[in-house]
Amino acid sequence: MPSKRAQKMDYVVRFVAGGLIVSAFAILGDVLRPKSFAGLFGAAPSIALATLTMAAFRQGNGYVSIEGRSMFLGAIALSLYCVVVCQLLMRFRFSAVTATGSSLFLWLVVALSFKQTLIG
Amino acid sequence: MIVHAKFSALGESRWYEYLVRFVLGGLTTVVAGVIADLYGPQLGGLFLAFPAIFCASATLIEKHERQRKKKRGVAGQRRGTDAAALDASGAALGGIGLAAFALAVWLLAPEYGLASLVIGSIAWILVSVTGWRLHQEIRHSR
Repeated sequence: MPSKRAQKMDYVVRFVAGGLIVSAFAILGDVLRPKSFAGLFGAAPSIALATLTMAAFRQGNGYVSIEGRSMFLGAIALSLYCVVVCQLLMRFRFSAVTATGSSLFLWLVVALSFKQTLIG
Repeated sequence: MIVHAKFSALGESRWYEYLVRFVLGGLTTVVAGVIADLYGPQLGGLFLAFPAIFCASATLIEKHERQRKKKRGVAGQRRGTDAAALDASGAALGGIGLAAFALAVWLLAPEYGLASLVIGSIAWILVSVTGWRLHQEIRHSR
């Protein structure tokens, strides 16, 4: 069990690493055209790269594999979420903040349902 | 459609927009870690695909497109929403690539450790770009 100080340090490193990787992918998404291609970077494995690298060192490869299995289900839910957001924007002319925000609950329900059904 | 870089687009973002994405990225990574620590990697892993960053990007894209049109004296609300929708369609394909990344990590991490993240990243870009190309060809053949 890591000490409280070590755990705090762990979260600080996660914060900086996650922020840097997310920013790098976001900049790529900003400069690349066409916009549909740049959109690919909205689903880049930025948070996963920071988290799983640290998990490989601290908890081992088995832990990383288990996180990867759940992430697979979360990624399918993310893809469905993006399709729904796209439809809300195109067909119903929602604003981006309303479409992306209101659909977050859908991502959560789909991801948790997949997990409960397929992993338990 | 040819993929290219438009570096002048970097000037459209304000410094605080970069800061917001940095903080959002950092916070989402910490929250995913806290959930994994409290409830285990089965639940924590789901949040590695949480769409927080996409929400911020789509909102910024809509805002920038609207501002660009406003500068030219055109009402930009519709174009802003269309730009955000294009971003969402790309992210839906990127999500399939992200599933390929996760699949590679799930299957290869026990044997290859950190190398599985490199293989997963290659799988992500290959699947995402192939999906995007196919989508473009289907759209243009209609």
